[in-house]
Amino acid sequence: MLFTTLLLSLREIRRHLLRSFLTTLGIIIGVAAVITMVTLGNGVSASVQASISSLGNNTLTVFPSGGRRGGGNAPPSFDNADVLAIRQQVSGVSAVAPQASSSALAVRNAQNWNASVTGTSNDYFDAQNLELAGGRRFTDAELSAGKSVCVIGDTIRANLFADEDPVGERFRLGTVSCEVIGVLKKRDNAGFSDPNSTVVLPLKTVQRRFVGNQNVLAIQVAVAPGYDTSVVKQSLTGLLRERRHLSPGQPDNFDIFDSAEFASTVQNQTKQLTLFVAAIAAVSLLVGGIGIMNIMLVSVTERTREIGIRLAIGALGKEVLMQFLVEAVALSCLGGMIGMVLAFFASWGLATLATLPFQFDLSINLISFGISALIGIVFGFFPARRAAALNPIDALRHE
Amino acid sequence: MAEPLIQLEGITKTFGEGPTAFQALKGVDLTIEAGAFLAVMGASGSGKSTTMNILGCLDVPTGGSYRFRGVHVEQLDRDQRAYLRRRYLGFVFQGFNLLARTTALENVELPLLYRGEHRKARREAAMAALEQVGLDRWADHTPSELSGGQQQRVAIARAIVTQPDVLLADEPTGNLDSERSVEIMKLLQRLNAELGITVLMVTHEPDMAAFAKTIVHFKDGLVERTEIAAGAGA
Repeated sequence: MLFTTLLLSLREIRRHLLRSFLTTLGIIIGVAAVITMVTLGNGVSASVQASISSLGNNTLTVFPSGGRRGGGNAPPSFDNADVLAIRQQVSGVSAVAPQASSSALAVRNAQNWNASVTGTSNDYFDAQNLELAGGRRFTDAELSAGKSVCVIGDTIRANLFADEDPVGERFRLGTVSCEVIGVLKKRDNAGFSDPNSTVVLPLKTVQRRFVGNQNVLAIQVAVAPGYDTSVVKQSLTGLLRERRHLSPGQPDNFDIFDSAEFASTVQNQTKQLTLFVAAIAAVSLLVGGIGIMNIMLVSVTERTREIGIRLAIGALGKEVLMQFLVEAVALSCLGGMIGMVLAFFASWGLATLATLPFQFDLSINLISFGISALIGIVFGFFPARRAAALNPIDALRHE
Repeated sequence: MAEPLIQLEGITKTFGEGPTAFQALKGVDLTIEAGAFLAVMGASGSGKSTTMNILGCLDVPTGGSYRFRGVHVEQLDRDQRAYLRRRYLGFVFQGFNLLARTTALENVELPLLYRGEHRKARREAAMAALEQVGLDRWADHTPSELSGGQQQRVAIARAIVTQPDVLLADEPTGNLDSERSVEIMKLLQRLNAELGITVLMVTHEPDMAAFAKTIVHFKDGLVERTEIAAGAGA
């Protein structure tokens, strides 16, 4: 009985290739569109997340904020004393990295590269999760004396030194000749501040020889594991207000950029983006579903007569129904599988093209497959059920 | 005396309900012996096709009793009626009702498929049936590649492939020209004579009815009269 039914169903599918193809096509499009869009959405999400994690985990970066207050005076910048105070008075802080930045042309022999210059302390490497591929960090003596020694990013190394070992070599950075003492590991997903094309020097060196003042442009504070970022942020704010002589009621004249908060904001936005994309995809699934429905309903007249013939020559109602059910299931599953394969290659190809990570999402595969299979089965099966419940003569006479 | 093959007593059939209801059959009594070749005649709306559909278990009567080989058909459920059609009855329709895009052989095989016959047995029986109707060389053609007369002969092959007791034909020559019609009638006559199949046929053409052994005239939902036919061409 089961074998007979299977045989009958497959024969019918083969005999009505166009109808079968159109039915399947609806499902293929629905499934492929949904999976591709959601997979790409996930890829965007993952890529944004990777960029965020390259900021370093849980860091608070303090900037003097813009001068919109009365008088128009720019708020004072930070200095070395602020850095020291934070290190000593704020608990739950694992690294405090002062930063002074500039940019300069790095030149060696015939090679040059426009590098960003960061003056900081060894805490910078900890706060940013930067590891060395070779060489060493700064010594205390180098830091306090403001020596012209530097740790270079991977892009700088590649452009100035090619295959040579740069440690111990010198190159000219702007007007300063500096010695390479270390090389950073190459970082993928460079994110916002690209460490690969940065030259890191002692803070004092940059202040004296590149920017020409004692200002600290920003202070990056890493929150120690196990501490609540918001608590650290609060005591940091309190300390800075006190040091900057702000009376209660006066607004802060500095901003704290919270990487965790930023990360969660961006993640929320990408999540919304993914949802939005999934909504579009759901519409295409719906359209696909309507396509399936139409082709099924259009063939109802023809199929009702067929059911009548089958009943007249002695088929049981349930045998006819089983045949229609198997047909609908076979077409829907076939379409679903083709759709999934298509979506796999489409999203893989598009992700590669857009240099997004390819994130296979099993649940969306199953959901879209399930939904379109369900549509196919429901609309393939229920008209058949109605027809099979007729007296054979009524089914035969159906117009 | 042996039980008649088919016995209808007071069969009524009403279509629709309430004021628009139409009583197509008003109490039909009919007895058919095995081996009969019966032509049912009557004006349009006289109830001849309705009677045929009830005889063929394609439709159910509103009232009355229908005994087939002594079994009360009106008490059977859908599946039991399907089994009865599958085992004892074969159908030929005016519009042929073959499955499109399906070869003659596969069309003829279909009833055997529902009987669960094996592939080889199906094929042999279907070829034998096609041979009976003289179409064994057309086995691989689909209905659209066959003439009307050929299609009707495929339908007859499909009806007799299960070796039924009764062959029911509703206007089998209605869509055919007179030459093809005579061919079909002679075929039915031969099946009746050689295989002993009881043939029940609805027709409105006296020429065709003349091929039967008995003619039953319907009028206004009742059997008007029964006459012995000439058995033309025999």
